[in-house]
Formats: sequence, C-alpha cells, structure tokens
Amino acid sequence: MRKFIFLIYVCLFVFNWGKAWSLIEVDITRGNLNPLPLAVSPLSVDQNSKDKFKDLLKLEDIGIEISKVVENNLRQSGLFNPLDPKAFLQKPDIAHVKPRFEDWALIKAQALITGEVKIVDEKLRVEFRLWDVLAGKEIMALAFTTVSENWRRVGHIITDKVYQRLTGEKGYFDTRIIYVAEEGLKTSRIKKLAIMDQDGFNTKYLTLGNELVLTPRFNPTNQMVTYLSYFKNLPRVYLLDIETGIQEVVGDFPGMTFAPRFSPDGKKIIMSFAKDGNSDIYTMDLESREVEKITNHPSIDTSPSYSPDGKYICFNSDRSGYQQIYVMRSDGSKVKRISFGNGLYGTPVWSPRGDLIAFTKLHKGKFYIGVMRTDGTGERLLTENYYQEAPSWSPNGRVLIFYRETKSDSAGKGFSAKLWSIDLTGYNERMVKTETDASDPSWSSLLTD
Amino acid sequence: MANNIIISSLLHLFLIIITALSLPFLAKKPIDLPPIISIELIQITDKTSIPYAPKAKKIIEEIKKKEKEKLVSEQAPPKKVKKEKPDAIPLPDEQKNIVKKPEEDKQNPEKIDDEIKQVSEFEKKELFDPNNIAALIDKSKEETAEMIKNDNKITQSQRKSVISSGLTLNEEDALKAQIFGCWSIPLGLPYNEDLLVRIKLNLKPDGTIINSEILDHARMNKPGQGFYKVLAESALRAIRLCQPLRVPTTGYERWKEIQLNFDAREMLQG
Repeated sequence: MRKFIFLIYVCLFVFNWGKAWSLIEVDITRGNLNPLPLAVSPLSVDQNSKDKFKDLLKLEDIGIEISKVVENNLRQSGLFNPLDPKAFLQKPDIAHVKPRFEDWALIKAQALITGEVKIVDEKLRVEFRLWDVLAGKEIMALAFTTVSENWRRVGHIITDKVYQRLTGEKGYFDTRIIYVAEEGLKTSRIKKLAIMDQDGFNTKYLTLGNELVLTPRFNPTNQMVTYLSYFKNLPRVYLLDIETGIQEVVGDFPGMTFAPRFSPDGKKIIMSFAKDGNSDIYTMDLESREVEKITNHPSIDTSPSYSPDGKYICFNSDRSGYQQIYVMRSDGSKVKRISFGNGLYGTPVWSPRGDLIAFTKLHKGKFYIGVMRTDGTGERLLTENYYQEAPSWSPNGRVLIFYRETKSDSAGKGFSAKLWSIDLTGYNERMVKTETDASDPSWSSLLTD
Repeated sequence: MANNIIISSLLHLFLIIITALSLPFLAKKPIDLPPIISIELIQITDKTSIPYAPKAKKIIEEIKKKEKEKLVSEQAPPKKVKKEKPDAIPLPDEQKNIVKKPEEDKQNPEKIDDEIKQVSEFEKKELFDPNNIAALIDKSKEETAEMIKNDNKITQSQRKSVISSGLTLNEEDALKAQIFGCWSIPLGLPYNEDLLVRIKLNLKPDGTIINSEILDHARMNKPGQGFYKVLAESALRAIRLCQPLRVPTTGYERWKEIQLNFDAREMLQG
C-alpha cells in the first residue's frame, strides 16, 4: 500500500515537474519569397594569368567576366539579388582566402561567392567558394579545369552549384536552347534552326534557311535534335545530329508528320501522322525503325509529350468537340481528359519533375501560358498576351520558355517574335535575348550533371 | 515500530512538500503584469490633454454630471439650462427675466458657448482638485485592474495555447512576425517531404542568441535528405539575421530557452 502511494506521489511529482519546465515552442510557418541578397565578388586573377587570358580570349579581366556571368544568371532566376560590386569593401584575392564577414554583412549580403582564376598547363582553372555570411563559414568549395574557350560555361556551372546549394534544387544555367531564328517580313519569313546558351550567348545556326523549320526538340543527351521541316512542300519530321550536322527524315510516312518529341530514354520519337484529314499519335523506335500507332480515333490527336518516367503521354485532341488535353498510358490505353476549363487547350508538355503539365490556352481571343497538375486540377495561368505559345520546361521544372508574337499590319510590318521565360510563380517574366526574332524554343537538359 | 512510523511520516511529509511545490498552481509565478500605466493616467498630469483621453473622458463626463448637478442646483434649475441651450433667440420679455438671473444668460448662444467653455474650464479645475485626481487614479486603477482581469480571463480561456507556447499571444505574434520577415524559404524544396526544422535557442535577456542547436541534426546526413540541410541552414540564417529577437521585456527565465519550429510546407504547397 505504501509503495503504491509512494508511486502515486512520484508520478505526480514527475508529471508536474515536466509541466512546470516545458520548453516554449513557437511555430514559424511563413517566410518571405524575396530574392536572397548575395555578393558575387569578382574572381581574383594573378597578373601572369590575366595577361595570358587577355591574349587568348581578348578579355581585359577574365575574373570579372566570369563573375558577371554568375551574377547575371542569379539575377535572371529571380531568386537572388546580387549586390552592386561597388559596395564591396574587401579585395577579391583576400576575400577568397579569408572573408571579413562583418564587411559583407554590413552590405546585407547573406551569401558570398569568391573565386580565383589561373592558367594551368594552358588550361583554365577556376576555383570558387560559397560562404554563408551570417554563419561565418564556407559551405561549398569546388574547382574546374577546362579549355579557356569554355569560360562562360564555367560561370554557368558555378551558378548551378550555388543555386542548388542555396535553393535545394538543381539549377538550369549550364543548358542550351534550340529555337527557330526568324528574319524578314511576316509574309516572307526566313526560318533557321539556331542554338544558344540559355543566357542568349554563343548563338550558332544549324540550318541555312532554305527550308521552313518548326518545333525543334532536344533528345535527352542533347546531341540530337528532332524537328519539322518541309520536303516537297510536305511537313516531315527530321533528325539532326548537332555534332556532325547529319540530318535524316524520320520514318517513311506517306502523309505529313509533325509535333515530334523524344521519349525520356531517347530511344523513340513520338509524333503525329496525318492521313486523309485524320491525325493520330505514333512512335518510332530509332534503332529498329519500327512504327507503332498509339491512338486510334477519328479526331485530331497531336502534340504528344511523355511523362519523365515514360509511363504516360499527354496530348491534345478535339475528340470532345473542342481541343482539350488528355493523358493516357504510353501504350495508348486509359485515355482520360484532364482539361475542363473554358477555351481551347494545346501544346501540353510534361514537367521534368513530373508534377505539372504546361500548356497554351486560347480563351476569348487571348493566349495564355499555364500549368496544371497531371490530373487536371490546380490550373494556373501564368501569363497572358496577344499571341504566345509553345512552352518548354527548364530541366529543373521551375521555369518555362515560350515565344510571343506582336501584331503586324496587312503587309506584315511591325511583326516580331521573341522568346520569353517565366517561372512558376508567374512573377519573374523576362525576355530572353536572341540575335534575331525567335520562336519554338526548346530547353536542353543540363549539359553537366 | 515507533521509528518506522517516524521515518514513514517524514518521508511522506517530504513527498507531500515536494509534490506541493511542483504543483502547477504553486509553481506558477504571479501574473507578470505588463506596465499598466494607462495613457489616461499619464495624460492626467498634463492638464490640457485630459478631455482627449478616451477613458478619462468617461470619468470626466461622470464628474461633469455630478458637477453640473451641483452647479445647477446651486445656481439655476437644471431643466432651464438644458432647455435653453437649443433656443437661439430668446424672447425680449424672457431676456429681461434672464438678465436678472445669471442662468438666463445662457439663452444667448454666444454666451452659452462661453458658458460651456467656462463649465469645461471649471470642470478642469475641479478635476484637478487633489481629491478628484485621487478619485480618477483610483478609478483608472480599477479600470485597468478590470481590464487585466478580463485579459486574464481571455488568456485563461485560451490556456492551452499560452501554456504550450509559454508566451502570450501578442508576444508570440511579435516574434513570429519578426522571423517571417527574415526567413527566405528555399523554393526548390520537395514540398511533399517533411519540411520541419526544430531549432533550440538559448537567448540573452536582450534577445541576442547565445547558441542555437538543430534538434534533428542527424537527419542532415541521411541519404536522400539533402534538402533538409538547405532548409535548416535557411532557418539558421533567418534567426541570425533577425537577432536580437523580439522577446518580452519581462520573464527572462520563462523564455531564455526557446524552440522555433520552422515548417515550410504551408508556403511551398501554397
């Protein structure tokens, strides 16, 4: 009995003691989405290397140039606010070895990027460090060696690493964009395939402009491109090897083929084939050249796009009477309509993350670029304009690139087509710099993982 | 046998004392009253601002009534004063009568104004009669005491939240609002994962951080949890950026150790 009472007392004691000394807890469930202020210190270069790079690349200071690439990338992302280098108090060479965090905190920098550029065995060696200013510690340090002509790519790779370290997702800066470069009046447009870095530099033209080209798409390794071109006035799907420049027609289809895209493993091409006014979706195995019919419906089925795991395909079809988005298994079974909003839906593209489908929507004479979940819920229209279409995802699934056209007069004057990008928030909308007018962009995957 | 009883009694007594000491209502410290000097009280020291203090105004009005009653009863019948105010032009006959009595001057609007002012001034003077000030102070004390009682009622009705946070709702809100502004949520986090980071802080009385500890530190190095490190670092940055934290000015012992639970799911899932 005594023991029992004693136990009760002990229990009461422990229980009350715990209550009297419970730790205060505060739940923080909100934060801000303001761009993170960070400092990109110019990369330091010793005089010998500086002189050599000046001869090789005609650059006054390669360290400053690489830091500018990084700074521009981070600013364009909308997630970072690179601070003005004029406010920096510490010299780049000293900052790279031992930053005075107080100085960087004083200008409100929360992160700091420092680096050093050297020439080693006639190659470019770039070392960079990422510092957490508030914690006063280094959180990343990497070095790259490459041919000196690749200096811009080094800037992109540094940005990718910083982006991933600070946001938790992979970057999209060391990537390329293939698009249709356009010149001339709207009525007599010259269209060429062009490829450039995602920031608009290093543009190269892949075709001469003799034939009309449309809808280029990268394969997963970024070595091959499939696109639509005209052969004997008939649109046909082509394959182009970027390295060798060799191109070939895909399949021996009697009618027109269009809207080509690679499967996620790069082994197949999925496209539309039109015959007698009816178009269906087909795949072609690139090795065996076997063709498989995926849809079989009297309506127009087009714009197919695989899910990242290759198990599903989204496409648009007018089988309901209006052009809407549908999802089916990759063998063509279990077709399900997912778009039910007002207006017409087209050009669906599955996100590389697998969670969203981007689309173009036409409603009341306006074109919208939007996203919805793969089951059709959560439709969000990101941007509206007179004419815009063909969204393509960045490899991390956060940004969309598309093209936008302006109105022209009857003679085709005043017309322009430009590439634009917008992130999933819908706030960070920017024009992408191109040498000429541009349309039909397609974003590559990351060139280095 | 007697020894056993004594030992047993002593042990029981010891346990009862310890238990009693650890009981919540005894362990609970007296209510930490915030500085309760109301605006009214402060403004009472400034004669000119008394009528503008809202709570003092009520008291003043009460006193006014009393004083009016006093005045009216001494100087004029109260009914007349009240009725005469709206009448702009008195009849000549009445005027004559009015001249005889000081109260009848009130029929002249201008004079009524003056009289109102005079009454006001008079009231002020009366208000600053030491006895009245004492009464005012007493009243405002009563009022504030009542307010505090009411506050306590409210907080006790929401006892759970206060006990769980250990801060009043206002204190908690102030701290939250400060940290919301400092926390840049990494946008690339996988929003279908567990995005909760618990950080324990030891604070100085001024709200600066002595040290911080991530409670689920081991999770940082787990495979597939790389995002957790990014999240935890962002939370630590927010705390450092925000310091000194907006902590209460009193009750340091209560909040010198505090746990912040950063949860990004709500923001990322939108």
